[in-house]
Amino acid sequence: MPDARVNVPASVARGKPFEVRIIIRHPMETGYRTDESGKSIPRNVIRTFVCRYGGEPVFTARLSSGIAANPYLRFFVTAKESGQLTFEWTDDSGAKGSESAAVTVV
Amino acid sequence: MLRTLRAVAVLAVLAADPATAQQHTLPLGELRSGVEFVGASVRAMQADDLANPGFLWVESGEKLWNAPAGAQERSCASCHGDARTSMRGVATRYPRHDEAAGLLDLEARIGRCRVERQKAAPWARESDELLAITTFVAFQSRGLPLGVTIDGPARAAFERGRAFYEARHGQMNLACTQCHDGNWGKRLLNETISQGHGNAFPAYRLEWQGIGSLQRRIRACLFGIRAEMPPPGAPELTDVELYLAWRAQGLPLEAPGVRR
Amino acid sequence: MSTHGFHKSCTRRRLLQTGAALALAPWLPAHAAADALPDIPALGAFLAGRKPRLSRVRFELPQLADNGQTVPMKVTVDGLFSPESRVTAIHLFSEANPVPEMAVFEFPAPVERVEVESRVRLAASQRVVAVATMSDNVLYAAAAEVIVTIAGCMDGT
Repeated sequence: MPDARVNVPASVARGKPFEVRIIIRHPMETGYRTDESGKSIPRNVIRTFVCRYGGEPVFTARLSSGIAANPYLRFFVTAKESGQLTFEWTDDSGAKGSESAAVTVV
Repeated sequence: MLRTLRAVAVLAVLAADPATAQQHTLPLGELRSGVEFVGASVRAMQADDLANPGFLWVESGEKLWNAPAGAQERSCASCHGDARTSMRGVATRYPRHDEAAGLLDLEARIGRCRVERQKAAPWARESDELLAITTFVAFQSRGLPLGVTIDGPARAAFERGRAFYEARHGQMNLACTQCHDGNWGKRLLNETISQGHGNAFPAYRLEWQGIGSLQRRIRACLFGIRAEMPPPGAPELTDVELYLAWRAQGLPLEAPGVRR
Repeated sequence: MSTHGFHKSCTRRRLLQTGAALALAPWLPAHAAADALPDIPALGAFLAGRKPRLSRVRFELPQLADNGQTVPMKVTVDGLFSPESRVTAIHLFSEANPVPEMAVFEFPAPVERVEVESRVRLAASQRVVAVATMSDNVLYAAAAEVIVTIAGCMDGT
């Protein structure tokens, strides 16, 4: 199962902000639901999300059950050098996910 | 423009299939997809492939399509090659009558292939894997008009499906036709009643926080009118799917759709 | 039907207003609260007596949610930034959710376009607040109000 879908523009202008979009497969289980037998389903949401560019964090998010399932994030990053954008996230259960995308700076 | 294209598509299908002399309760020129009855933000989510959560399942489905399975390690691709070509148009013809198995919807067809051809362990209805691969296969027909056949062996199932659709069900004693033929466009609490077409399924439903099949949507409607829900895969539900597909013929397939 | 003309017209006027508001709702962007931010304890604790300026932040959500489970939101901080005055974080607060601090977006690296989109869950009709913190400790904020209704038909699947 793919963790996420990422989109960055094909090429970006040096020094200018470029748009990053990511949608992550995750139920963001609130902890307030119960199953058919009435048992509470424990909370499991993505807690931390970090986007790194050339190894340095450029955007981070701390999320909660107040963010919808299959979280979608769209944000901007300043283009510096061609390289890798990496995305990492951790949820309540300790499970980690990651994704990456190449950035071409012209 | 879109309306004209749709009307032309609908009339073309009608001209090609004489069996559609059946009385349509919704005039064919008035068919409107569910996407026209949702709010602007849901419509926007469906329109943008990057924002549409359903694509997480299209991608999973593609991986499954290429994954070896079963005793002989055969993937769907081993027989069907590139889905972009081999599966194009397929979803628009389902549900479809099968000689051996009777009426099958797309999920059931894929499920049978998996067990009988790939000799792999079956996937349950509404399981993530079956939903993913069904979404991926349906997606290959996105934009194409629905066009099922109700001739010959499919006729009996079609009639049963239509009877179910027109019968009253549940504590609320409501028939599907009362809302979706008789009162579409009117409000039910905050929502606008749609015409009840299934052309966007499998769809990402916000209420489900995930993707689900048309059968799940039909079951949800039955729950809503406080009727007993047949289990997923039940023949009654497949019959209704056939009736719905016929009723929606000409509407473009929208999978993966986004709905409330 | 009430026989008291006054009451009837009052109720009818209120129904028409609500109806009109609901009818117009999809086309009206949610707007910032006029004067004050809603009184959210978690927000108050975060502000610790500081008063954010109600400008520069645009907080956009649909005025009427299709479904409280997934409500698209966009928060933008307008204007020019400098190393001394740039956005370091945006905090989102909810008035009616069980968890009042919905999310925090942080900007460890400077970027001239501070705009974040995501999708939130709203437990009920409520106001939500976005607070932008600057590197010079100035705060900017905006509120938005969203109507969340229950589904027309219940779904037990």
